[in-house]
Amino acid sequence: MSSENRQVSVRQLKVKKCNTKCRLIVFATLAICLVAVAVFADRLCPYDPYAQDLSLSYQAPSAAHIMGTDAYGRDMFSRVIVGARASILSTLALVCIITLVGTAVGTISGFIGGKVDAIVMRVSDFFLAFPGLVFALAVAALLGGGVLNAIIALAVISWPKYARVARSQTLSVKVSSFVQAAVLAGDNPPQIIFRHILPNIFGPILVTAMLDIGTMTMELAGLSFLGLGAQPPIAEWGSMMSSGRSMLQTYPWVVLSPGIAIFISVVIFNLLGDTVRDYLDPK
Amino acid sequence: MFKGYSLLKYTIKRILQLIPILFAITFLSFAMMRLAGSDVVEQKMLNTGQVVTDAQLEAAKAQLGLDKPFLVQYITWLNDLLHGDMGVSFVSGMDVFDTFISKLPATLFLTVTSIVLTVIISIPLGIISAVYKNKFWDYFIRFFSFIGNSMPNFFVSLVLMYILGIKLKFFPIISREMSFESVAMPTITLAIAMSAKYLRQVRTTVLDELGKDYIMGAKARGVKFSTTLWKSVMRESLVTIITLLALSIGSLLGGTAIVESIFMWDGVGKMAVDAINMRDYPIIQAYVMWMAIIYVTVNLITDLSYRLLDPRIRLEGTGNE
Repeated sequence: MSSENRQVSVRQLKVKKCNTKCRLIVFATLAICLVAVAVFADRLCPYDPYAQDLSLSYQAPSAAHIMGTDAYGRDMFSRVIVGARASILSTLALVCIITLVGTAVGTISGFIGGKVDAIVMRVSDFFLAFPGLVFALAVAALLGGGVLNAIIALAVISWPKYARVARSQTLSVKVSSFVQAAVLAGDNPPQIIFRHILPNIFGPILVTAMLDIGTMTMELAGLSFLGLGAQPPIAEWGSMMSSGRSMLQTYPWVVLSPGIAIFISVVIFNLLGDTVRDYLDPK
Repeated sequence: MFKGYSLLKYTIKRILQLIPILFAITFLSFAMMRLAGSDVVEQKMLNTGQVVTDAQLEAAKAQLGLDKPFLVQYITWLNDLLHGDMGVSFVSGMDVFDTFISKLPATLFLTVTSIVLTVIISIPLGIISAVYKNKFWDYFIRFFSFIGNSMPNFFVSLVLMYILGIKLKFFPIISREMSFESVAMPTITLAIAMSAKYLRQVRTTVLDELGKDYIMGAKARGVKFSTTLWKSVMRESLVTIITLLALSIGSLLGGTAIVESIFMWDGVGKMAVDAINMRDYPIIQAYVMWMAIIYVTVNLITDLSYRLLDPRIRLEGTGNE
């Protein structure tokens, strides 16, 4: 095999070698870099993202300010970096919350079955009934703006998806002989759930969560864009785009820089999600 | 099991299911809005920046019935609704039903144009992608589908606005009337996102179909591939495609809050965002009911169309006939 490989061109070799595992490493590294930027944003940004200097307002991108400056003369590049914190870290927190809640509800509901299951599924139907953002809009509007409230709003409408995945997986694992054996051996329900069911349904749930990060990034930014998430002056990509919107004609960088930041992050998370799916669930 | 259980009965049963759903969601949205703290009177005062006394505030609230306990307010609203009265908007003072109906044509127009554009883009591209699986065109199309999937629609809107509206001056930036020129940019924005999603589904469906034995059979009998593709594969794939379209028509009819707001497209989505910002409860209630009706209807139509396109699929509750 290896001698054959040496004879093909470098490019082909790269394509061949870059199998799923390799892709997984590359995209996971990129995603980790992104998260690292968000975590260490304070030390990475060249200027104070909140320092206003009206004499510098709406500077076009230059060597000093590679993404230009906004209405208050704040450095866009620094704001985009710091914005990663509100945008990416909140998204990750959101995905963690809905994964945990959805999995817990779905697993327990699927395991117990009967009336509990029927009620839980009706409730989740109810939340699935509405287009996500619309319901989130209402929740965010009630609780008022703020990153935390936007997270709660999206969490309320997003957990049922995970509950469905966890439930259907639980139902299929529940009837398998090793679970039956555990029941016969006298394991109590928590033992069965933690030892036998959860490890076996982990894959599909992880895939769902990974594929969801990109979408959630966009939805969270969307809520902030509508003024229902992060509030100015907090640097967050969606709200930055919204506040720069009226200046699109004259100072496009104020809108496009955070937009491109969202786009790049979503691309990275989507690539990672697709790869995790290919890795865990090869077709 | 139930021999007399006809399609009509099934439809009626499903429509009756709408009633408890409507009760539940109007009550819930009513409760959430009232518990939110701030109300329309306070929002109005905030917006105008006037200084008002507590007495004036109380009087304004009493006029709108906001001083009464929340349950009383709900029952009053429900009673009016049963008598065909949806109330008046707290902000504009206009009849809610009339306001809602006046916003509907814009949303319907946008829904139709974006669905048509999505069908035009996603079905041919999905089929090309499936037929040329893992060849250049497949990768090319999937690359763009991936890009389209990774852009939030407000970013797409603003980029389109910048390029097509400001730089090239093809389309007006803000829509003033319902015309094909004004609807172009919101339509393209929505179609990009939907096509990116649906062409993948079309591709998967067509690929599944192409892998079946009858394709090989047709080939062996010398049937032209294009004939197989258009006559058999397309028909079999229609179930999936119609489901997808029905679901997206549902969410489009609900108005796309962000896109409608950005392009100042005066539809129900923009109306909802404005109403939520102003705490205009009667309008929000009308919107919530509209969403519930759409959801139930779309699901019903989808289930019924399954049945029509593929009689093997049994309707839920009809049992084994």
